[in-house]
Order: sequence, then structure tokens, then C-alpha cells
Amino acid sequence: MSDALDTKIGTTGLVLEEKLLWQRGRKGRRGVALPTPDVAPATLDASLTNDGPDIPDLSEVEVMRHYTRLSTWNFGVDTGTYPLGSCTMKYNPKTNERQAALPGFTGAHPLQPQELSQGALEMMYNLQNYLAEVTGLDATSLQPAAGAHGELAGMLVIHAYHTAQGNPRSKILIPDTAHGTNPASATLCGYESIPLASNDQGVLSPGDVAALMDEETAGIMVTNPNTLGLFEDNIREVAEVVHAKGGLIYCDGANMNAVMGIVDMKEIGIDVIHLNLHKTFSTPHGGGGPGSGPICVTAQLEPFLPTPRIVKTADGYALDEDCPQSVGKLHTFYGHFGVMLRAYSYIRSMGPDNLKKASQLAVLNANYIKARLMDSYQIAFDRPCMHECVFSDARQHEHKVATLDIAKRLMDYGYHPPTIYFPLVVNGAIMIEPTETECKEDLDDFIAAMQAIAREAIENPEALHQAPNNPKRRRLDETTAARKPILTG
Amino acid sequence: MKEIHELSLPDDVRYAEDHEWVRADGETARIGISDYAQDQLGDIVFVELPPEGTTLAKGEEFGTVESVKAVSELYMPVGGEVTAVNAGLEDTPESVNSDPYNDGWMIEIKPSDPAEVEALMDKAAYLEMLKGSA
Amino acid sequence: MRFLPHTQEDIQEMLGVVGVDSLDALFTTIPQECCCRLGLNLPEPLTEWELDSHMDDLAGRNASSANYKMYMGAGSYDHYIPTGLGYLRSRSEFLTAYTPYQPEISQGTLQAIYEYQTLASRLMGTEVATASHYDGATALAEALLMSIRVTRKKKVAVSQAIHPLQRRVVETYLKPTGYAIETIPYQADGRTDLKALENMSDYAGVAIQSPNFFGCIEDLEAAGDLAHRQKALFIASFTEAIALGLLKSPGSQGADIVCGEGESFGLSRSYGGPGLGMLGSSKKYMRNLPGRLIGRTKDLDGRDGFVLTLATREQHIRRERATSNICTNNSLCALTAAMYLAFLGGSGLRELAELNHSKAEYLKGSLQESGLALPFASPTFNEFVVRMPAGFDATYKRLLDQKIIAGLNLAPYYPELADCYLMCVTETAAKEDLDTLVKEVTS
Repeated sequence: MSDALDTKIGTTGLVLEEKLLWQRGRKGRRGVALPTPDVAPATLDASLTNDGPDIPDLSEVEVMRHYTRLSTWNFGVDTGTYPLGSCTMKYNPKTNERQAALPGFTGAHPLQPQELSQGALEMMYNLQNYLAEVTGLDATSLQPAAGAHGELAGMLVIHAYHTAQGNPRSKILIPDTAHGTNPASATLCGYESIPLASNDQGVLSPGDVAALMDEETAGIMVTNPNTLGLFEDNIREVAEVVHAKGGLIYCDGANMNAVMGIVDMKEIGIDVIHLNLHKTFSTPHGGGGPGSGPICVTAQLEPFLPTPRIVKTADGYALDEDCPQSVGKLHTFYGHFGVMLRAYSYIRSMGPDNLKKASQLAVLNANYIKARLMDSYQIAFDRPCMHECVFSDARQHEHKVATLDIAKRLMDYGYHPPTIYFPLVVNGAIMIEPTETECKEDLDDFIAAMQAIAREAIENPEALHQAPNNPKRRRLDETTAARKPILTG
Repeated sequence: MKEIHELSLPDDVRYAEDHEWVRADGETARIGISDYAQDQLGDIVFVELPPEGTTLAKGEEFGTVESVKAVSELYMPVGGEVTAVNAGLEDTPESVNSDPYNDGWMIEIKPSDPAEVEALMDKAAYLEMLKGSA
Repeated sequence: MRFLPHTQEDIQEMLGVVGVDSLDALFTTIPQECCCRLGLNLPEPLTEWELDSHMDDLAGRNASSANYKMYMGAGSYDHYIPTGLGYLRSRSEFLTAYTPYQPEISQGTLQAIYEYQTLASRLMGTEVATASHYDGATALAEALLMSIRVTRKKKVAVSQAIHPLQRRVVETYLKPTGYAIETIPYQADGRTDLKALENMSDYAGVAIQSPNFFGCIEDLEAAGDLAHRQKALFIASFTEAIALGLLKSPGSQGADIVCGEGESFGLSRSYGGPGLGMLGSSKKYMRNLPGRLIGRTKDLDGRDGFVLTLATREQHIRRERATSNICTNNSLCALTAAMYLAFLGGSGLRELAELNHSKAEYLKGSLQESGLALPFASPTFNEFVVRMPAGFDATYKRLLDQKIIAGLNLAPYYPELADCYLMCVTETAAKEDLDTLVKEVTS
């Protein structure tokens, strides 16, 4: 048991309860200094106005305490290891925050004269080029506001391309390991998702793709490296099969962190790829967003990119609205500019060699974890992994311990659990992505915790069933939450 | 999850491959999902059913059943017109878990072809099917 | 490099455990033809201090509210943001956390967003509100798609007085699946022409923005009655969220779905993003809502807590049949909005809204007194349209040199209003500045 004590960095502390916001405050309190009116008050007809918004009044002190307390119930990358597969929870550099907060950026209006926005436009133009360089593709749109939004943009580009060819086509091939956003995005575009099974090596077989590919199929949505953490070995052949019937290859680039400076996406046949700036490019997750999901495309698809394009002219940088073949607009303005600033700062801080190093070390960290946990957990595919590895709870079944229990127990040990129950093709999947920003000691501590839990599964499974015990709340009743939803207070 | 021998498999219903059951009673038939299906789904949180008066063929989707983390489509084991739906499931979807063959019934139909009911599996055949896929 | 902790010793030890002898050897499963032939052609890294200089330079080459007087709204508004807000939203535990799928260690985010949902639904006048969307435009597109799902009709009616850039996003979303969009024209007083709406039929939903793009306050109740008589859903949208502090809530006026842009609630303009898509509806349509929802429940010990709920609507479970493809939303922006509302309080929000309105009315009155014409007679909130005299182009450019941006020319959006400018005044404009603007514009 002393092992467990040494490895368990999760403990309890003075964690304060905090009421709901409207249970605090008192009418008349104020948390801001409003400007003194220097004009006469104007009134609107009573038929247009309300009786005063039903929002509680708090002093500045109460607001600071309320949210400071709430923050202590959370776990962030800055707190500890966050090995969520396919999420790339790498360290979020604080310099990014300093840059995004500069008044020259925060105070800029998107519709102000372009000649007065040269700093913003130059940053965006250069970021477009950097992302194209990383992927190997030819042109970029920064407009999509998240990965799924990028998928929609990519699907719209594919749809527009096929329409220009004379037939939009009606189907799209989607591997069974795909993230749920892939088929959901295809549906938004009017495409029917045709499922495609991976083979027993965990990757796509060109033969299986050929069997389904026809002239009514717009193309295929691949993830590479895929959601099992494996490089799609046959991707070039798969691309050839699809291209041969006039189809296009969409790549979900969520796992780009494994291959920066290593794989050329254009070389392998990708026509359009989306990137997640909030994964690969270090922008913070913010508890669920905002993210940014730019797409990079081949020159052939460039005319279809969303409007406006950011271009460089003799006079400087400009927004080009003259895009007759564009799929249209996906965001009111140009996308998540504040997130782009952070990604830009990251790329400028890292430089080309460090970006490649980041990928190499991300892959090293994942393989290291895989090698050291193979004795304790069942690896889903016994072959070298990329930046993430997938285990299952197969060995823990006989002790009636499931992936969920392992995940919940990890919290007591002081870690955020890995991704669980995804991808669907592995029963009880445990997907671990450490990222390159974890140092060896933190990896070793995480590994020790996982090993301790594997032992607990045998010696004391009840501890796992009852977990977690240390966080602010224990397991929550999600069934009642769905049966009788209470969505407001 | 239950072992196969722990499952409830009444004699008075016929079973479909997709785990729906049918209890035919002259002109009407009641439809629900089997004990195996509810056990696989876990705690049921919501059941979506068609409006009365809808006519659907055998194999067509008539609704969905949801647990916290999964959704399953419900398929007509036999064709017919929907004459009643179990409104009680809106407030207590858990009836499908606790009493799948009675309180947890889902829809009542007027079958368009009684022969379709006979073509379904009896308890023994359904049990064999479950054992086979175990 | 300070974000890459591995030393050479670390790497050697770890390679040994993995059983390969170099980092390159980790990539042998990748076929040679897939690999980069050359290094990445990107600029060499900057130290933190070099990066600061570089970004200061880029930021310095933009006009911003820090050094310009800007009288523009049009979906992006300048409001004072309390300093405390910056501290709270930057707390690592909020900023660097993931989506709260593991609720036991995410109660901070979950309670905070539950509070946001509550405040948002109170302001919008809806029974429920989602945990956020990308911006007002995508929230509007989602609202229209929702009305199509609920009614199973294939057409929507959208007011021409809705923000033109948002309408373009709606077109992009609805085009591929063949849904038709009918545009409801605006009338002489600047509001949507409801008579024209009377002649339309068979639509799933009708969308009206209030205050609309021209700043005019619409008759939402009348529009809602019409829509309901036609058995359609009524969608009310907004771009200036501060208006909710003063005007009757869209929900109280009959809106089935309310959507809009929440940037004014404590987010900076930041050249257009990230903003905050707000969306709410009656409980009746709850299971048709797109996006994440947080609900209240109890834990094993019977204590109150919060979880993501009704997830079966979403892509990770429903996949191709999901109510939307959205996964990552604008959570930190929703958190920021809730914090902003907490700092302001209900009475503060009301006072702020009244101040915005009064300042805009002051400018409006002054411009009228100086002889300028206002094409639209309807009451407005903090934006209004003014018709500028011939040759104003030159004046506008001269004012730019004086670091004044005198409104937004409507020519690119409404060719029939080519000589008109959309003016916006918020609490950030002082009376002397407004007087200066009037003097310069009319000289």
C-alpha cells in the first residue's frame, strides 16, 4: 500500500462551497463603476421597455470570491497531467495571453477601414501561410470557429467543387473510427454518411474503400493519424482509389500534433484538411472553447474557400470579397481572431525545428507510456503508436472493474482521466495522449498511478466502484439529469 | 448486465430480431422492447414515439429509446396503424427498465397483416438467437 | 525551449524503454513517400521579448478604441470591461480546463455555465438557454434549422433588416440542403414590413432582429402573432446584447426561439472574434436544441451538483442524426459574459442600457438640429441611421486622419441607402466627443 501513498498526489484540501450567483448579493449593490451621465436622460415608450433585468446585484468583492471559489473546483492543464486522447491538452503559453490582450488588437472593429487594420490583416495573412506550410497544402481559410466548423467548411468546399463539375454527389465515406462531428458535418451538407470498417490492423484497407467508392460518392473523410493513434499506412492508395472515381479526400487534422514537419499532407493525397488551433497550436480550451478550425486546401479548391479571403496587394494587406465561387460565409466576420493571435504567437515562439521536435516528443511520450503500461492494461493494437495510445479494460473485466471505474479512480490519484469509450471500435477504450509538454517525472508519476489502480482493481475493486472520493463531488446522477432536466435556476 | 439465464422471456409475446416484442390480441397488438434490450441500454431516460394515426410498415422506424449515453432506433416488428401510445413513458421512462413487457409497453397498433405476427420468433427461438450472438 | 521539457538524458532513457534508438525511429511506420522532404519553411523562433516587440508593432498598426473615437456598432460594440473580469477569466482552472465531461472535477465550469444559462434565459425571456455557440450568425442559422426540424417545412422567412453578414451565414448553412429563404423587406420607418410577411406562407420559422441592423426597435409581438397564425415558429434575434437590459425580452413578446450575439457582455471586439452565440427556446423544443446543455442533479452523497445533459442530441452520440455538428463551443466567452453580468448586476445593466440610449439620442438630436436627415422614424436603442450630405466621403476621410471613425457606410450592404451611415454610441463616448463629431460632420 505504500506504493499507492507515494504515487497518489491527489488529496483533499480546504475546498469551499459556494452558492449559486442569485443566492448572493443584494439589490442595489454594484460591481462596476458606471460612467457619470453627461447627457440628458432619454426615455423610450413604456410599451417597449421591461421592468428591469432579473440579474442579481453583487459588489466587486462578492463577484471575485464567487468565481475564485468556483475555479478551485476545476482541474486544468496548469494543475496537472491531462492525458485526453485526441484533445492534445498541451501547455498553454502565457505569452499568448499577453499578445491577445494588446489594446491594438482587442479594440479593433472588424469593419473599420482596412488601411487602419494592417497589423491584424498581416498577422492573419502570415498565419494562413504558416498553416499551409505545416500541412503542405496550398491555401488556407481561418474563418471556421472550431474543428467541427472547419469540417463543415471542408464539406461545403467539396460540395461546391462537385457542383461545379456538374453533380454534387450524394454520399461520403466515413470510417467507423471517425469522431462524431464527421458524419454530423456531412449531414449538414446534405451528404449521406456511408460507414467504412477499419481492418484488424486498425487502419483502412484500399480494397474496402474501392468496394464502396463510386461516382455518386463525393469522397472520404479520413482522420490521419487516426483516432486509434495509428498512422493510416495505406492512405496514399486509399487516396488514389477515391481520386480515380473523381472523389476528394477530407482529412480531420485533429491529430496533427503527431506529424508536424514529418508528414506532408498534400503528398499523401489530402485535398482539404482542418486544423484545431486549440489542440495542436496551444490555444487554451477554456472549459469547452472558443477554439478555431482553419482549413487548408489544394490550389484546385482554393476558389471555393469562404469569403472574404485575406490577400496581399501592392498596397498592403486586404480583405477580398470578390470570390464568385466561394461557398459563402460561415462566421459574421473573419473567425476567432483572438484565438488566431495565440496560435500565431505559438508558431513564432516555437519556430520550425521546435514544432517538429514537439511532434517527435509527443510521439515519444505516448510510446513510453504504452511500453510501461502494457503489463497492466490490454493494448488495443500491439503496434507502434503515434501521439496517443489506446488501451481497454479487457483485463479488468474478471474483477468487475470497467473503464469508467478506472477513470474515476484516477481523479483520486490527482489526474484528469484519459478519453474513455472512444473510439467506439474498441470496447471500453482508454485513449491516452500525454502531449510533448509533459516531463518525464510527471509521466512516471502518472504511470505509477495507473499501475496502482490496476493493482487495486484486483485487490480492492470496491475502491474503484466508489471512486472518486476526493474531488468536490462524487459520481453524479446523470440519469435523473436526463429524465428530469433542470437547465436553469 | 444480466446473464442470459437471468432474462425475463414471457410466453405470451413474439419477438423480433431487433428485440422488440409483440403481444397480439385479436384486432390490436401491443409493442415494446425485450428485457435483453432494456438491460443493454441501461437506465432509460427518454422514449420518442410516433403520433397516433401514423401507419408504418414492418421494419420501418417508429421511434427511439434513449439512455444517458446511447440512442437506439425502434423498428416495427409488424406493420400497422398506431392506435395508442403509452403516454406514461413521458414521466416515467424507467418503466421500460422495470417492467418492459407490461407497464413499459410503447405503442398499440392495428396490425395490417396478422401473418406477420406469426412469422416472428417465439420465446425458444429468441432465446436461441440470444445465445448464438453471446 | 521552455515548452519542451525533455533533456537529452530524458530522451535517451525513454528511447531505451520504448526499444528504439532514435526519435526518427519512432516514425518508421510512416511510408517514406508520405514524409516531408524538406524542413518547414517558417521563421526562426523569437524569444519572449522579441515576440513582445513584434506583436506590439503589429498591434500598433491597427486603429482601435484605445487611440480612435469609433462610432461603429453593426454587430461589434465597444463597452467598458471591468479589470476584475480579466483576472477571473484568466484563472488557469477556467482557462486551461477541457470540456466538463468528467463532472466531478469540473464543477467550477459546470456551475458557472449553469449560472450563465440561467442569466441568458432570463434576459432573453426563454425557459432554457444553451451553453453557447460560435456567434450570433451561427446561432441564427441553428435557430432556423431548428424550426425546420420541428415543423418539417422546408422554407424560412428572414427579415432584410437582420444584420446582412449574418444573413449571408444563414444562406451558407441552408443552401446545401436545399432549404429556401424568403426575405421580408423593411418599410419606410426602418422596421420589418409585416404586411409583406402576411402574404408569405408555409414557412417553418420567421426571423426578425430587434433592435435591427438600423438600430430600430421592431414590433416583435405583432410579428410573433403572424408567425403563429401561420403555424410557424417565431425567432427573434439581437446583435447588441445590452439592449436586453432595457427592452422587453423577446421571449415575453412571443418568440419561440431567441438567438443573438453576446459580445457586448464583457468580451472585447478583437477584430470580430471570438464572440458569443446565444440561443434559447421554450422547454417544449428543448430536445431539438443544438449545442451543449448543463443540468442540475445530485451526487452519490445527495449533494447538489451539475453535469452536461441531454447529450443524446449531440454529435458524439447521435452522429449523423445529431441536432448540430457542434462540439467545441465558446464556453470561456459564456463564462466571461456571466462574470460581466455579475459585475454589472441587474440594476447596473439597466443603468448602462439607459446611458447607451441617452447618449445615442443626444447624438441623434444634435445631428438633426445641425440639419442632417434621419431616414427612419422608428425608436432606436444605441444605433441609428443618418443620411449624410453629398461629398461626405471626403469628410469621412478627413475625420479618419483626426482619428475619428464617423459611423459605417451602408453602401456595401444596402445600395438604396448608399449615402447613409450607421452610427453607434455607447457609454464609452463622452459628450465633448459627440459635440466634436457633430461639428466635424456638419462643417
